[in-house]
Amino acid sequence: MRRGACFLLGLALLATEAVASEARPNADDPLLEARLMGLAADLRCVVCQNESLAESRAPLALDLREEVRELMRQGKTDPEVVEYLTLRYGDFVLYRPPFKPETYLLWLGPALFLAIGALAWAIATRRRRELPATDRLDAEDLRKAAELLRDESK
Amino acid sequence: MKRWLPFAAFCVLLVFLYVGLFRDPREVPSPFIGRPAPAFVLPVVERPGNTFSPEQARGRSWLLNVWAPWCTTCQKEHLFLMQVAATGVPVYGLNWKDQDREAAAMLARMGNPYVLNADDRDGRVGIDWGVTGVPETFVIDAEGIIRMKHSGPINERIWKRKFVPLLHALDS
Repeated sequence: MRRGACFLLGLALLATEAVASEARPNADDPLLEARLMGLAADLRCVVCQNESLAESRAPLALDLREEVRELMRQGKTDPEVVEYLTLRYGDFVLYRPPFKPETYLLWLGPALFLAIGALAWAIATRRRRELPATDRLDAEDLRKAAELLRDESK
Repeated sequence: MKRWLPFAAFCVLLVFLYVGLFRDPREVPSPFIGRPAPAFVLPVVERPGNTFSPEQARGRSWLLNVWAPWCTTCQKEHLFLMQVAATGVPVYGLNWKDQDREAAAMLARMGNPYVLNADDRDGRVGIDWGVTGVPETFVIDAEGIIRMKHSGPINERIWKRKFVPLLHALDS
């Protein structure tokens, strides 16, 4: 009886295993698949808006994933795969665009704006410090002010 | 002067946003412009047993129209391509991912504007050419250099604006 239950349990486990492998026909090499998905997360699906190559179910994305899988099977390194894709689809496929003259503004823009902000802040604070002495309150002014306030509260 | 500075900055921002309004975020700039057309050898749809490769089209500028029988936009474009072919411009077809093998029958039924069609059944050549969807049309010069890529269907307006001046410049 017990042996029968064990057998049934084993059969059930085997069945789920079979179903799982059927659902993912391309996952015959989980390591390669993980590498593919890791790389594809940084690549843009060229036909869909704001979706990575890893996420997309567009036919072209499926084709490109298959292409990348094939290149990886051939032993191509990640930079080689990225080069293969940029040769065909341009830097547009990269979610991390390279640092080159066309992208200087993109990469350096935030630092540039921070510098402008820092400069503006520096100028403003210095100007405040250099306010003419007549604008400042001396002891006499403060005494008068305190007097006025006292009158008010009566 | 100082009071105008934020307003000036705002105007600059406005110009950037205004320009951005008319840019198509779906347009993928092709890295192929000015580069040799990627080589391939594919079976010819119209003549079983024959193959076509881009070198065979050298000698004058030509068009490579990427299309598919399952693409409805391509069917609309097909009518205009018939007119283009009638003017004598060589139009070659790349029959992209025609899994159901419908191209030959369809061309027989609707008329064939193409010099010939290369049969890219699994779409691998399309990937080599950076094709993102159909229809797409490449202009290749007499030396086999890609000069222009147009994504989406060609109509009379686009033809006159983008293709005619380029083809005229290439062939004169």
